[in-house]
Amino acid sequence: MSEAVIHEEHHDDHDHKPTGIGRWLFSTNHKDIGTMYLVFALVMFFIGGAMALVIRAELFQPGLQYVDPVFFNSMTTVHALVMIFGVVMPAGVGLANWLIPMMIGSPDMALPRLNNMSFWILPFAFALLLSTMFMEGGAPNGGWTMYPPLTLQLGNAFPFLIFAVHFLGISSIMGAINIIATVFNMRAPGMTFMRLPLFVWTWIITAFLLIASLPVLAGAVTMMLTDKFFGTSFFSAAGGGDPVMFQHVFWFFGHPEVYILILPAFGIVSQIIPTFARKPLFGYESMVYATASIAFLSFFVWAHHMFTVGMPLAGELFFMYATMSIAVPTGVKIFNWVATMWRGSMTFETPMLFSLAFVILFSIGGFSGLMLGITPADFQYHDTYFVVAHFHYVLVTGAVFALFAGTYYWLPKWTGHMYDETLGKWHFWLSTISVNVLFFPQHFLGLAGMPRRIPDYSVQFADFNMISSIGGFAFGFSQLLFLYVVIKCVRGGSKVSDQVWEGAHGLEWTLPSPPPFHSFTTPPQVTDATAHS
Amino acid sequence: MFFNKLRNCLLGAGTMFSLLWAGAVNAEWGLNMTPGVTPVSQDVYDLHMLILYVVTVIGIIVFSIMFWSIFHHRKSKGAVAAKFHHSTFAEIAWTIVPVLILVGMAVPATKTLIKMEQTGDADITVKITGYQWKWKYDYLNEDLSFFSVLAQDSNEARQLGSNIDPASVDHYLLNVDQPIVLPVNKKVRLLTTANDVIHAWWVPALGWKRDAIPGFINDNWAIIEKEGTYRGQCAELCGKDHGFMPIVVKAVPEDEYEAWIEDMKLAQAEAAASGEREWSKDELMAKGKDLYAKNCAACHMAEGQGVPGMFPSLAGSPIVATAEGLPDHIDRLLNGKNLMPAFGEQLSDADIAAVITFERNAWGNDTGDVVQPKDIKAAR
Repeated sequence: MSEAVIHEEHHDDHDHKPTGIGRWLFSTNHKDIGTMYLVFALVMFFIGGAMALVIRAELFQPGLQYVDPVFFNSMTTVHALVMIFGVVMPAGVGLANWLIPMMIGSPDMALPRLNNMSFWILPFAFALLLSTMFMEGGAPNGGWTMYPPLTLQLGNAFPFLIFAVHFLGISSIMGAINIIATVFNMRAPGMTFMRLPLFVWTWIITAFLLIASLPVLAGAVTMMLTDKFFGTSFFSAAGGGDPVMFQHVFWFFGHPEVYILILPAFGIVSQIIPTFARKPLFGYESMVYATASIAFLSFFVWAHHMFTVGMPLAGELFFMYATMSIAVPTGVKIFNWVATMWRGSMTFETPMLFSLAFVILFSIGGFSGLMLGITPADFQYHDTYFVVAHFHYVLVTGAVFALFAGTYYWLPKWTGHMYDETLGKWHFWLSTISVNVLFFPQHFLGLAGMPRRIPDYSVQFADFNMISSIGGFAFGFSQLLFLYVVIKCVRGGSKVSDQVWEGAHGLEWTLPSPPPFHSFTTPPQVTDATAHS
Repeated sequence: MFFNKLRNCLLGAGTMFSLLWAGAVNAEWGLNMTPGVTPVSQDVYDLHMLILYVVTVIGIIVFSIMFWSIFHHRKSKGAVAAKFHHSTFAEIAWTIVPVLILVGMAVPATKTLIKMEQTGDADITVKITGYQWKWKYDYLNEDLSFFSVLAQDSNEARQLGSNIDPASVDHYLLNVDQPIVLPVNKKVRLLTTANDVIHAWWVPALGWKRDAIPGFINDNWAIIEKEGTYRGQCAELCGKDHGFMPIVVKAVPEDEYEAWIEDMKLAQAEAAASGEREWSKDELMAKGKDLYAKNCAACHMAEGQGVPGMFPSLAGSPIVATAEGLPDHIDRLLNGKNLMPAFGEQLSDADIAAVITFERNAWGNDTGDVVQPKDIKAAR
């Protein structure tokens, strides 16, 4: 695909590009690795999505129709692991790989071989995880949160789950190290930190979150491994351990993880809205500080995921106040995006549509998040469909919508072809309508008393579950359209200019479309006038 | 029936968004949290409504500004982009205003939380223990304890491919064989703990849920102000039948409660006495069949076939289907092994004798063994 139009000054690059399968297996090129990450994420998106459809099919009506409860629990567990570690995280790293060198004016990532390894660990990690589907006793079914003692009851799949998590962690940590090394060392002359595009900023902060939180997860699951096989009792009350300690350690990872998933999405949207509003991002500095504050605070709120375990009053109050405080920097970001649109000159191409939907629907997820942070009310909301609705609003209409937006926004740059705008808009409208039919009724289900992670429910919940399932199938099948649009765009289409979008600013838009194999072989000079616009 | 339902749902989908933003509460559709029947549940409901209104108003303001901008500041209407990109005043304002709103929310939330933690001075204490997948209730002041499991009609209907319409079952999945009975207007202290994995005891009408954790005891309280039957479910994923361990609380006047306690004690004394006599095979088989469905079928399945790789088959098993296996069979029931719980602490001698007799003479197992309560007593 990158054979198309290559500008005069980049002629030499032809000679250095490997060909065939070796180009991908041994790749040290940030664009090829970025492409592999994105393709991998897309494949996993459909695998995880198929699992979600099994869940929604079973929940279409009360009674058990298709799957037994153990398989149902495996579906909820593996769906979550696939979507978090196989879709949103790799897609975020894929975008970082493609874009960070182009945005900061460097030829490639700082550590290309590490880059290759961090990608190629992923398929093996998921082979381990997904192979458990075919094992006696079934795939992991204790929830993606892997709480003991329940997860310790898992059969043959248990060590596979633990080692898959270890591998995924190693892969992400290496990716994070690479991103930090790249941004700290490879910026073009004049590209100061406060001139970095916001996408780069959100990724540096995300990378630090990854490095700080993933070893904690690795520790927690390793303790569980020794509890199972080597006779320790970290989490067994009978042996003097504490099952709640796992939850504390897990969520000390788990809450920063939430921001690992969403901060790059903030970055994507912060690139797109100024482009289509034709107006600079409002409050750049406050956006950077808000992102950093959110990341910092994310280490002090973990126990809001476990208000019902029975903490002392002081603990509950502390975690309630800390959680509520995160609404402040998050609000600042929303207000800045709205202020960026204000008195702009807006057009509504597909990336902008997804970004606007992101701002509204992520806010709704934020609102329900604030409600969940109110501890006494959480005693009712906790572990119900209200929580399911909340985190799908922030992760699907938040993170995944931003990934769609980013894909439409940069796909013409990557391929040199414009995607099919009509089909893109169809994809947007089908997705946005169906995703709300899918998740909005789940708020009502949760408030009315339906617990999460149940394969069957009493008849009073039947109507909203049916609506939700209809939305689920519509959303799922709408994504085939996305696949088609992407493939069509990669294969051909009308040629685009270097700048692609009228309002686009930043170094990546000064490169040819598609960009040369090595991004900037001579570093560009960055000034205040070329940054921040 | 199915298509009518589908049509209702599609109609409902059209109206539900407007319903939410209007703050309307439609009981039939189960749109909102219950105000419940305790002082605490009312406070929690009020907090929920307050924060819901606050975020709804903020949402309407922010999204209105955004949509105003989307409609008016569009290129197709000839809008020319302004150049401004910074305002310290705006940044400070939209930091401070949310902080003030949050402080306003934190004050009532803190008050309610402090109230919820006042578990002292209880009139009655009930210890609730979660098991995979049933609840045990111990009335600590009364020397009374019993298990509560999913009602048999729900249990039959919820099997994969049962072809029983859930709508035809009384309170499908929310009914139990033995509800917990509590007096109204008394402060009841409810302790939660668990025997195997983590569960969570949740009756929405009481206004809270609390995890039941092995090795830990959490305390909670409720004063039920209104007579009635209140239903809930386990709220923490606890394995295969997490969705099938409901909770039913019956709140009754104090004299009815006292009478119920006496009846329960009488019934338990009778059950204990029945362990002293000789049982006929038919009696044991009938009782065993019933107990098997309640206690064993969740894992070993209705036909004793088990779940490969997780729960062993009992049909044709060397322990269950051969004469030599009998001592091991009794030992498994009494003391458990791996995931098999120790039923010695859950069931009486007569119950265990009945289950063992049933298992040894069902699904093609034909040992002909008749195990008496005294055999179990001797093996304890």
